[in-house]
Amino acid sequence: MMEGPGAANANPPEIARGKRMKQMKKASPPSSKTLPKASTGIQGLDEITGGGLPRGRPTLVSGGAGSGKTLFGLEFLVRGATQFGESGVFMSFEELIPDLTANVASLGFDLDRLVAEKKLFVDHVSITRSEFGETGEYDLDGLFIRIADAVQRVGAQRIVLDTLEALFGDLPNPGIVRAEVRRLFNWLKQKGLTTVITAERDQADRLTRHGIEEYVSDCVILLDHRIREEISTRRLRIVKYRGSTHGTNEYPFLIDDQGISVLPISSLGLDHAAPVERVSSGISRLDGMLGGKGFYRGSSILASGTAGTGKTTIAACFVDAACRRGERALFFAFEESPQQIVRNMRSIGIDLEPWVGKGLLQFHAARPTYGGIEQVLLLTHKRIISFQPSVVVVDPVTNLLMVSTQNEVRSMLTRLVDFLKTQGITTIFTSLTAAGSLEASEADVSSLMDTWLLLKNIEVGGERNRALYVLKSRGMEHSNQIREFVLTGDGLRLLDVYLGAEGVLTGSARVSQEMREKAVVTFRRQELLTQRRELERKRRIFEARLVMLRAEFEAEEEIIQQTISQSELLGEEVVQDRGQMVLSRQADSSSYKKEGRAKVAPTR
Amino acid sequence: MPPTKKNSPAGKRNPGLAGELEQPGSNFRQVRYVLRLYVSGSTSKSALAVENIKRICEQHLKNRYDLEVIDIYQQPNLARDEQIVAVPTLVKRFPLPPRRLIGDMSNLEKVLLGLDLGRRE
Repeated sequence: MMEGPGAANANPPEIARGKRMKQMKKASPPSSKTLPKASTGIQGLDEITGGGLPRGRPTLVSGGAGSGKTLFGLEFLVRGATQFGESGVFMSFEELIPDLTANVASLGFDLDRLVAEKKLFVDHVSITRSEFGETGEYDLDGLFIRIADAVQRVGAQRIVLDTLEALFGDLPNPGIVRAEVRRLFNWLKQKGLTTVITAERDQADRLTRHGIEEYVSDCVILLDHRIREEISTRRLRIVKYRGSTHGTNEYPFLIDDQGISVLPISSLGLDHAAPVERVSSGISRLDGMLGGKGFYRGSSILASGTAGTGKTTIAACFVDAACRRGERALFFAFEESPQQIVRNMRSIGIDLEPWVGKGLLQFHAARPTYGGIEQVLLLTHKRIISFQPSVVVVDPVTNLLMVSTQNEVRSMLTRLVDFLKTQGITTIFTSLTAAGSLEASEADVSSLMDTWLLLKNIEVGGERNRALYVLKSRGMEHSNQIREFVLTGDGLRLLDVYLGAEGVLTGSARVSQEMREKAVVTFRRQELLTQRRELERKRRIFEARLVMLRAEFEAEEEIIQQTISQSELLGEEVVQDRGQMVLSRQADSSSYKKEGRAKVAPTR
Repeated sequence: MPPTKKNSPAGKRNPGLAGELEQPGSNFRQVRYVLRLYVSGSTSKSALAVENIKRICEQHLKNRYDLEVIDIYQQPNLARDEQIVAVPTLVKRFPLPPRRLIGDMSNLEKVLLGLDLGRRE
């Protein structure tokens, strides 16, 4: 036959493969516990799969028309070549190479350059059925040799077959094709190639048109593209992943100017740190209501309320305080333009413009209807990652309901909250509630939030006044009181409200109540003074009386003492006199008389 | 389809007219057939196909065919250029229209039909 440079490839692939397998085994003994994986580099997918696609094994990527299968495959190869130093082969059974190149150029993938650098080999396999006649037994060595050659040329470790099932439609005798496809998969596995096989899904209950999933037992990924209420959503689901745990949900994914991004709903679980550091809300009285220190850093705060209750203002105060501390803040405005927010906040004495100028504050304003909820979430993630703020405002989350269902908004917010928490970012979400359902936040997101500030309007005496209270605040003592919330030219103040006979008093009713209370206080103070004086007077009277009584007592005592001593003197004289009288009468015997005299005599 | 640079008989272009002149004895179909058979190494299918097509050509296209057998194991580029997927593949490049036959060429009827030689049988 022919000689030439190709002679070096003369070994049948089976032999070459045998050598390679031995080398691979020596080089990296597969861990018995964890399946080796090949990172896809596709944002989010490696998180869901716990590291990527099964290394050295085929993965089936199935989906309907336009679901992004080809792009998935190409991105897998391009990222492999550019990020992981693994070159790849793309076997296209459908699209022509120039078309492929043009299609992915818009995503920033330069296929031509990768091909020139020998990091990528692209081959288009064209089969036109009408040209064929079957004259006997055949095999697919033509295809295999092309693949083997391509793999060898670039030293490929990754390969994509897009869409292999085209073989079934275009070649006669499906029995042969089936057997050959099985042989191909065995060959790819033995070569240790990480393979992506795409397949068209034409029916809901089948993954592939020709059942090739039975040959791909390791990993099956399903792509889906739905249009609901005029807004398209793409979804990805890992149907199976043998030998590996994986997320089982449907994950929304996006195709934008940077390729595919999958958004894992809560890939990181609930293991985010819980900082004890506190950050000021920017409103000192509100900090006071929250245990005197404000919010926890990294917590999620919901400020909900009806229209015009000052939700955006609360958020702006918080942003302003953060910027004053020199922290970066990111403001997602889904309803107002940045200019409008800056102007409106200036009217209450909060000037955000300098922060924007210093680069501490960034606005991201867009109507969520522009691209659907996944787009919003993705943009949010991307902006947060690139700006690295410590404070984020989403104003309002309820606008997201315009583009999606409650469930989706909830799941999106769950993901966003988790993401923000892992980043340690303190976030205020504002939520517009319909009057009458104050404690039911529209998107049913309150359980995701750590602190919930509720803003409402109180109508009293022909006035409408704002009021604020802390509905919940996890992990800190917080005030249970309603505060009136006043917007003035110099900012925002929180004032006590009064409970009157007619209920909560705000506005001018509060002012008049304040005056009344002031009068009462003054009166009481005066009364108290009077009483104190009375008491003093009484004490002085008492003391004066005490002195007088003592003087009287002393006078009487003296008199009595004198009387006592006089009486004693008198008593002695009586005894003496009686003795003399006895002597003079001589009434007793002489002996008695002597004794009696002797006894008395010495006392004298 | 890029032309082959090799010293193959197919490299000599337009053999059809020459074929006609060389075969004055034939009444019609005096065109010269240009055939290529793509095989892979020395598998039994390939060997059988080579054997079969040579016999058929000798029987039905004597002296008015150029047959080139290409081993794609040694020339993977040619397989790519010619869009060879199944092996063996017989490509009839001339006369037009071009046609491809796959298989080991053991079904004579289908081979002749594919080569527009059916009516001779």
